Amino acid sequence: VTTTTSRTSHTELAPEVSDGQTAAPRTRHRTPLRRRIRRVLTYVALAAFALVFTYPFLWLVSASFKPRGEVFDNLLIPRTFTVENYLNIWQEAPIGVWLVNSVIVTALAAVSVTVSSALVAWGFAYFRFRGRGLLFALVIGSMMLPGAVTMIPTFLIWNGLGATGTLTPLWAQNLFGSAFYIFLLRQFFLALPRELFEAAKIDGAGNWRIYTRIALPLCRPALAVTLLFEIQAAWTDLLRPLIYLRDSATFTIPRGLKSLLDQFGFGGEWHWEVVVTASVITTVPMIILFFIGQKQFVDGIATTGSKG
Amino acid sequence: MVSASSIVSVRPGRRRARRRETVAALLFISPWLMGFLIFTAWPVIYSGYLSLTDYDVINTPGFVGLDNYTAMFDDPKIALSLANTLVFTILSVPLHIIVALALALLLLRAARATGFFRTVFFLPKMTPAVAVGVLFLLIFNGQDGIINRVLGVFGIQGPYWTTDPAWVKPGLVIISLWTVGSSIVILLAALKNVPTELYESARIDGANFWQQTTRITVPMISSTVFFLAVINTIYGFQIFTEAYTAFFGSGNTTYSNDAALFYVIYLFQQGFQYLHMGYASAMAWLLFVVILIFTVAQFAISRRVVYYEGDTR
Repeated sequence: VTTTTSRTSHTELAPEVSDGQTAAPRTRHRTPLRRRIRRVLTYVALAAFALVFTYPFLWLVSASFKPRGEVFDNLLIPRTFTVENYLNIWQEAPIGVWLVNSVIVTALAAVSVTVSSALVAWGFAYFRFRGRGLLFALVIGSMMLPGAVTMIPTFLIWNGLGATGTLTPLWAQNLFGSAFYIFLLRQFFLALPRELFEAAKIDGAGNWRIYTRIALPLCRPALAVTLLFEIQAAWTDLLRPLIYLRDSATFTIPRGLKSLLDQFGFGGEWHWEVVVTASVITTVPMIILFFIGQKQFVDGIATTGSKG
Repeated sequence: MVSASSIVSVRPGRRRARRRETVAALLFISPWLMGFLIFTAWPVIYSGYLSLTDYDVINTPGFVGLDNYTAMFDDPKIALSLANTLVFTILSVPLHIIVALALALLLLRAARATGFFRTVFFLPKMTPAVAVGVLFLLIFNGQDGIINRVLGVFGIQGPYWTTDPAWVKPGLVIISLWTVGSSIVILLAALKNVPTELYESARIDGANFWQQTTRITVPMISSTVFFLAVINTIYGFQIFTEAYTAFFGSGNTTYSNDAALFYVIYLFQQGFQYLHMGYASAMAWLLFVVILIFTVAQFAISRRVVYYEGDTR
C-alpha cells in the first residue's frame, strides 16, 4: 500500500520537481500527508452536505409510509410501516384527476414551446434581414420584464376568451415561443457550421427543408434541454393555476397539493399524512425526469450560465 | 463597361433574393412576433393604462389618474411587503452565492465522485416549490421539526421558525438555500474553465489554497458570480410560491403571517382576491422600477469589480 501511495504522490509532484524549485525536497516530504488529510476532509464535508441535501427527501418519503400519529416522529425508518396513505389518498382527493391534468398541461406546454421556440430561433439565427438586431433585442428585453407586469392583462385576455377555469391559459401561450428558449436555441443554431446550409441550398433545398432536415436534427441536444426545462417549469407552476383554476376537478397536482395543505394542514384537520403523501406524489415525477435527462439538465444549465 | 452591366443585371435578382429571405425569416419568427404583440406589448401598455384606473373586472375601468400610485404610499402593507421582500433578497442572494460557491469548490476536489455529489446537490432543485413550502412547515416546525430537534441536541432552543415573525424570513432564506443546485452547476462549469496554469504558477510562487481562491478563482469567475447575483436578485424580488404555500391559505387566512407577506403575494391578493386590478397593476409597475434600479446598480458596481476574459483594463 505504501509503495503505491508514494508512487502516485511522486507522479503528482513530478511537474513541480521538473520545474527545478529548490523547495521541492521539502514539499515532496510533506505534501502527501497534508494532501491526504485535505482529501479526507473534502469527502467528509461533501458527505455532510450530501446528508443535509438528501435529508428532506428521505424525511418526506419516510413520513409518507407512517400512520397519522407518527408522521412527526422524525425517524427515518418508520416504526410502523404502512402503505395505507398511498391507498387512501385517492379517496381523500381527486389525485388521479389532478395528475392527468398536470400531464396534459405539461405535455402541451413542453411540446408547443419547443416547436415554436425552435422555429423562431432558426429565423433569428439563419436569415439576414433588416431589423433583426432590433427584434432580437426585444426578445432579450422581454426576458427582463417581471411577470407581474403582464399578469393582469394576460388574465383579462383569457377571461375575455372565456378560457378561465380551463387548462388552456396554463400552456397555450407557449404556442408563441418563449424568449429564454429562443435565446438558448439560437445560440445553438449559431454554433452550427453555416457551410452545411449553403451546400444544401446549392443542392436546391428550400428553407423549410434545410430547417427540418438539417438544422433540427443537429439541434437535438438543445431541443431536449428545452423540452426538459419546460416540463419542469409547467409541472411545478403554482401561480397560474391559482389565478386561472377555481374548480377542484381542473386542478393541476401542485394546485391540488396546495388545497390539501389548506384542508389537512395547520389550518385544517391536521391529517399531515395526506399532505406528506401528496407531496411525494407531486415530487417523484420530477425526480424521475431528472434521472432520465440528467446530462441535458446539467449541460443546459451550465450553458445558460456561460451564455448569460 | 462590362462590370457596370453585370452590376445592373445582378442587382434586381439580389434584391429579390433578399426580399425572399426577409419574408422567410418573418414567417419563421411569426409565432414569437404574434405572441410578443398579444402577450407582451399589449399587456405592458394595457397594464400602464389599468394602473391609472379603478377596475374590478365586472365594471368598466374608471379613470382615477395617479390615485393608485399615491394610495400605495398610504398603504402600510406596501411598505411591509416591500421591506419583507428586500430583507429576503438581501439575505438570500449573498448566502445563495456563498453556499453554491463553497459546494462547487468542494465538488471540484471530489475527483471521480464529482458526478455523484453534483446529482445529490442538484436534486432539490427539481422539487416543486409547493412541496418546498410544505417541507418548510414540517422541517422547521417549532415543536416537532427536525431542525429544532437537532439544535436541541446541542442544547440550543430553536426558534418557532414558522410562527415567530422574527424568524419566518430567516427560515425561508435557509430553505431557499436547499435549492442552490443550478447555481452550483453553473459555478462548477465556470471553475472548470479557469486555466490550470494559473494555479500551477501560483503554487510555484508559494500561494496557499486560500490565496489561490481569493486571488485567482474568485476574479476568474467573477462574471459568472455577477450573472448569478443579477438573476437571483430578480428571482428574489419575485418570491411567491414557497411563502404563499406555507403561509397563505385560499380563503383561510388564520395562519397567514405578515412576516411572510412578500410583494408578489400582496400583488396577487390585491389583483385576484380583492379584484383591485388597477391597484395591482400600479403595484406591478413599482416592482418593475425597483427591480430595474437594483439591476442597474448591480451593473454599475460590476464595471468596477467584475473581470471579463480578454478585457485588458
